[in-house]
Amino acid sequence: MRHEIRFSGFGGQGIILSAVIVGRAAALYDRKYAVQTQVYGPEARGGASMSAVIIDDEPILYPKVRHPDIFVIMSQEGFLRYGADAPENATMILDTDIVQGRPACRWYGIPATSEAKSAFGRVIVANIIMIGSLVGATGVVGTEAIEKAVRESVPRGTEDLNLRALKRGMELAAEAGRSP
Amino acid sequence: MSKISFIQGNIACAEGALAAGCRFFGGYPITPSTEIAEHMAMKLPKVKGTFIQMEDEIGSIAAVIGAAWTGVRAMTATSGPGLSLMMENIGYAVMTETPLVIVDIQRGGPSTGQPTMASQGDMFQCRFGSHGDYSIIALSPATVQEMYEMTAEAFNLADRFRVPVFLMADEIIGHMREKMTLPDTVPVMPVRERTERSTLPFKAEKDGVPGFTPFGKGHHVHVTGLTHDERGYPSTTNPDVHERLVTRLVAKVESTRREIASYDVTNPEAETVFVSYGAPTRAVWQALHDLKDDTVGHFRLKMVWPFPDWVEELFPQAQAYIVPEMNLGLISRELERHVTIPVISVPRLGGALHEPEELIRAVEGAK
Repeated sequence: MRHEIRFSGFGGQGIILSAVIVGRAAALYDRKYAVQTQVYGPEARGGASMSAVIIDDEPILYPKVRHPDIFVIMSQEGFLRYGADAPENATMILDTDIVQGRPACRWYGIPATSEAKSAFGRVIVANIIMIGSLVGATGVVGTEAIEKAVRESVPRGTEDLNLRALKRGMELAAEAGRSP
Repeated sequence: MSKISFIQGNIACAEGALAAGCRFFGGYPITPSTEIAEHMAMKLPKVKGTFIQMEDEIGSIAAVIGAAWTGVRAMTATSGPGLSLMMENIGYAVMTETPLVIVDIQRGGPSTGQPTMASQGDMFQCRFGSHGDYSIIALSPATVQEMYEMTAEAFNLADRFRVPVFLMADEIIGHMREKMTLPDTVPVMPVRERTERSTLPFKAEKDGVPGFTPFGKGHHVHVTGLTHDERGYPSTTNPDVHERLVTRLVAKVESTRREIASYDVTNPEAETVFVSYGAPTRAVWQALHDLKDDTVGHFRLKMVWPFPDWVEELFPQAQAYIVPEMNLGLISRELERHVTIPVISVPRLGGALHEPEELIRAVEGAK
């Protein structure tokens, strides 16, 4: 089964790291194949940021996203550019603190930024909450795999904080249920 | 034990170099190759190697040439604008038979062009960019795994032939992260040495390559970019000396093209054959997978220079070749010189990879 996941937001949210973590979980711990790509350039510094990861049971021939079926969106601009015309059978995880738009496909509204501030006192973990919601909503990688990938990808000393944020993201996805 | 890893192509390149025993990097950071310099700057001091950031790419390649003459495996990494600056000293490396590895993570040109977008616009520059007649070797990776393996292999080829060897990658392969296997060790060929304590440091062995005597190994060697005799002394007005030297510099590589050639052949009975190298190879793989048509084949070049000019032996029933490249058709032109059937160029500029659908349409158009 092939999944193409697009992450979008703005520079500083950890959009690229999010794709790397999910790719690492799939490639190293779920024993699948993964390719991660990103948009480079000035637009990736403070402005819009986009990254993608493809996960497949088979070796990945074409490394670029062709038919994304999962979206993780953390900015309104990212929603307009990548999410607004998502196909109906796609799944979208939205940070509803930032994204006003709503897609035609099924979506999960996650107040990741406010939760990061209120529950953890660290806005920086909002992307990890979103990854938790992504995994909770789609199961695109295993829980154990994503925990291992988060643990080895975050700065030393912040592992527990990030793992709690990951767990909270999974809970928020379960609470949100899919909408509409 | 080998280790499964999920790393960027540029990091895989640096790791491949370190595994091959590279202990000197001289460079000037340039997008999209910078991660190679960063990683080497971090790792080389830990293995008693040397990293130097030079003032520009002219100094960088000069430092690499100097390091190679101390007997250490040496490399640089750059992109188009940097490669342009290196050109004069690349000729010097060819003339002095200095083994070294140059990594070019290609981006859109001419000039500063598109720093963050992929291209294959330097495929002729690496082969013909410096003045005079000469020959080099160029490899073209299409996966993160190959970034590792081909970088390591580049050092073996450089030592064997005493030539600059180019790893001609691009922004897509350099920057993407992909699952790969980091092996315990890579094959490392011993450095070729002079077979006897000769007074002729540029006298070739049977294969056309002189044994190498780096500085500090007990031999006096004069190294010059001027036309030189077998002693290494300038001899700039004797036509025979120049002809003999330059002919040998070319022949030592070109005479082995069949032996060192590296390519993959898919569906040798095919009527329509894709020819690709580097990133567009990934689009061809996907197109072949989607087409499921045995009359469509693939000639995938891992080594682009020297060019394997016996393509027609490999695909005896081919009616047309389709060459997707991220330039306006460089290698398609080279292929045209060697085949008698139509060569259809599928050029792509701007940095986006060919789409598999576009290649499938090209097959339909060729039939």
